[in-house]
Amino acid sequence: MARLAREHGAGLLLGLAFALWPALAAALGLEWSLELAARILIYALAAGALNLVLGYGGLVSFGHAAFFGAGAYVVAILAYHDMVLGPVAIAGLEIPGTSDAWIAFPLAVLVAGLLALVIGALSLRTNGLYFIMITLAFAQMIYYLFVSLPDYGGEDGLSLFARSSLRPLELDDNLAFYYLCLGLLALLLAAKALVVRARFGWALMGIRDNERRMTALGLPTFRYKLAAFVLSGAVTGLAGALIANLTEFVSPAFLSWPVSGELLVMVILGGIGRLYGPLYGATALLLLEFALKEWSEHWQLALGPILILVVLFARGGLAGLRRPRGAGHG
Amino acid sequence: MAEPLLSAEGLTKAYGGVRACAEVELALAPGELRAVIGPNGAGKTTLTGLLAGELRPDAGRIRFAGREIQGLDAAARARAGIGRSYQITSLFPRFTALENARLAVQVASGHSFGFRRAAARDRRLAARAEALLGEVGLEARAAVPVGDLAHGEQRQLEIALALAGRPRLLLLDEPTAGMAPEESRAMVALLQRLRGGVTILLVEHDMDAVFALADRITVLVGGRVLATDRPDAIRANAEVQAAYLGQDGGDGAETAPC
Amino acid sequence: MVSPLLLLEQTLNGLQFGVMLFLIAAGLTLVLGIMNLVNLAHGSLYMVGAFVCAWAARESGSFLIGLIAALPATAAVAVVVELLVVRRLYARDHLDQVLATFGLILFFNEATKMIWGARPLRLDLPAFLNGTVEILPGAPYPAFRLTVIGVGLAVALGLYLLVARTRLGMLIRAGASNREMVSALGVDIDRLYTLVFALGAALTALAGALAGPIYAVEIGMGETVLIPVFVVIVIGGIGSIRGAFVAALLVGLTFVLGRAFLPGLFELFLGPSAASTLGSALSAMAIYILMAAVLIWRPRGLFPPHG
Repeated sequence: MARLAREHGAGLLLGLAFALWPALAAALGLEWSLELAARILIYALAAGALNLVLGYGGLVSFGHAAFFGAGAYVVAILAYHDMVLGPVAIAGLEIPGTSDAWIAFPLAVLVAGLLALVIGALSLRTNGLYFIMITLAFAQMIYYLFVSLPDYGGEDGLSLFARSSLRPLELDDNLAFYYLCLGLLALLLAAKALVVRARFGWALMGIRDNERRMTALGLPTFRYKLAAFVLSGAVTGLAGALIANLTEFVSPAFLSWPVSGELLVMVILGGIGRLYGPLYGATALLLLEFALKEWSEHWQLALGPILILVVLFARGGLAGLRRPRGAGHG
Repeated sequence: MAEPLLSAEGLTKAYGGVRACAEVELALAPGELRAVIGPNGAGKTTLTGLLAGELRPDAGRIRFAGREIQGLDAAARARAGIGRSYQITSLFPRFTALENARLAVQVASGHSFGFRRAAARDRRLAARAEALLGEVGLEARAAVPVGDLAHGEQRQLEIALALAGRPRLLLLDEPTAGMAPEESRAMVALLQRLRGGVTILLVEHDMDAVFALADRITVLVGGRVLATDRPDAIRANAEVQAAYLGQDGGDGAETAPC
Repeated sequence: MVSPLLLLEQTLNGLQFGVMLFLIAAGLTLVLGIMNLVNLAHGSLYMVGAFVCAWAARESGSFLIGLIAALPATAAVAVVVELLVVRRLYARDHLDQVLATFGLILFFNEATKMIWGARPLRLDLPAFLNGTVEILPGAPYPAFRLTVIGVGLAVALGLYLLVARTRLGMLIRAGASNREMVSALGVDIDRLYTLVFALGAALTALAGALAGPIYAVEIGMGETVLIPVFVVIVIGGIGSIRGAFVAALLVGLTFVLGRAFLPGLFELFLGPSAASTLGSALSAMAIYILMAAVLIWRPRGLFPPHG
């Protein structure tokens, strides 16, 4: 019990705060903050997915924007075909668009997962510096692909006419949408907690800490890294599907490399390889951005040095502040 | 003689223009403890790497347990029954001794795609991991993080990991490297217990250990096999003495077998 | 059908883009290979070079003065950044380097915006570079682009000589493979690193200054160019100048020729609208497809420096 409180205490408290926030915000007249809070939850979901490969697998993916944006575009394109363009004819089949989240969300997950399979299969042939640059490059490739597709808005992006419908939930209701985000985040954090303690998680941590030794023990490491990468990409795609619904607008900006960078920052800021780290990190970074934006239009002039200071002096992130550990991350 | 468990023919590996291993021939009988000695730069570590599958040979064939294995990667060779330890301790430093052993047992079990059940609660994994620690004499240190183990204990754990897959062949790269005399003796005793049960290829600089343990000794010099023979014959071999004494500098000269 | 003259013109454009990529990639690949540092902010130095050149050229009325100002100014900025931030990152893991230099990018973009405004700057060429040269009878080509190709090739040759023939080059080559040896030679490794970092910055500033008259001098230009530069380095092999040169030309040609001819090529098989969509999509992806192909063939690039 004490162990449970120590490991989950702060994370659960923050989760509880998010659960109660809508009521509190309503009482304080801060309803506008619900959008920011939902954005935090969605980014926490994506950063949590990144944390699986980064924190547990030691794979510095600088291309997770590709999966985030892919998930967002799947939702938007399906809705666009549903509302505007009409069905697509492929090989004589008329495939209609849809605004049904029961179809669009799983498809977003599937497409992002498949994309992660292809990008992962190519990038995981390398490691270290090469891996960072290659994941970045492939994500940019997807970015330029969407910039060059005028049918889907090109550089300007696509607007959704409404949020997806997730019968019986009405996602156009901000409160319902908020709790959907919170619920999915809680569900996937719980799933991740299981996975990282199970054999798969140990295999990943073994690869992170000493891949050569894992190979010598008989583990075909490539397929485990690839599996983690695909899982991570798929969940990031789900986060993308949610962000498209939150903003009711998608553009190549979701696919751009600063998004990959922000997700990395969230993981580090929160504490790499910590279960609740991404939630802390997303909360901290987005609140910080929000506060700095209120303060000055040149907020990035402050954010940049803050990031540098965090890297140089606060290793272990926010989760590490509570329980300092001698060992750095790897 | 029975068919060798491991045999290498014409094993060659070059770096740039330098041949670290040149047409090495090797045949280990089942149950044999073979020591490989040689001055620094003789190609001993390269040979272990080639046999373990971490390095690709430029030429040559390797047979293990009746089949050609030069096409298999390191992981596949481990699963085929070749365990190895490293000259520089290669463990999972953030985890405890027991967790290290359990991870090795998990990999050896061939099933790491488990997503639900906590590995720490898996009794079968834990039982085998504890037994492994017992085999190398670390049962009392199970809960200690690897970083806090003494160097000698880390070397023992290194052997435990190599044993996790119940290998038929152990490749041990200088298991006594960096050890105090006390620790060295414990390691020799451990290898004495293991010998016979498993075929061992032992790369070693500590000549006391080599002559105490080896059934036969292969001497590598400049990437080539200079001699393979019983310990007393190697000790008497003039060529071996010349090769060792002729080397300047290397620690091989200090620990020459004469 | 593609006319030979158009092909020639686009090939030259590809070479011009390629040598620019090389100027940027050379410094970055040295820093990666020797200091083992991922520097995302290398693109920011390119931007600083372009802005300083455009500003100094406007104030002085001379592009040459702008060019001459850009190099030392950017190198000075680089030295300050190296001493304050980058130096502390050499011993860190790549993740820390990515994050800290990501922070540098945010800072540089915003600082540039505050100094020079959010609008792109214009950079006018001096008259003698503004015209065209008849490379073949009836085939005029912009003199400035030819100049860029010439400068790029000259710098490539100079770098080759520097690395192959001089003491500094020897230290650079040794540092890439064996940093203990370099410090054993009694060389102040901190100063060597600062010097290499500044040299890389000067080269990338040269690229930025030369890019000014061709592309827009704007915030974010560094990141736009950084990605193809990474592609160049991955294809060439980390730390290899020769690899960076070959890969830069490959990437430059693939990029320019793909954009120019792929849509037309597809029109031979498909309807015009499908061809233009597919062609522009594929040409946007061409250099990444090239990278993927090289990786499948050689996971450590064309000229991996170690083993």
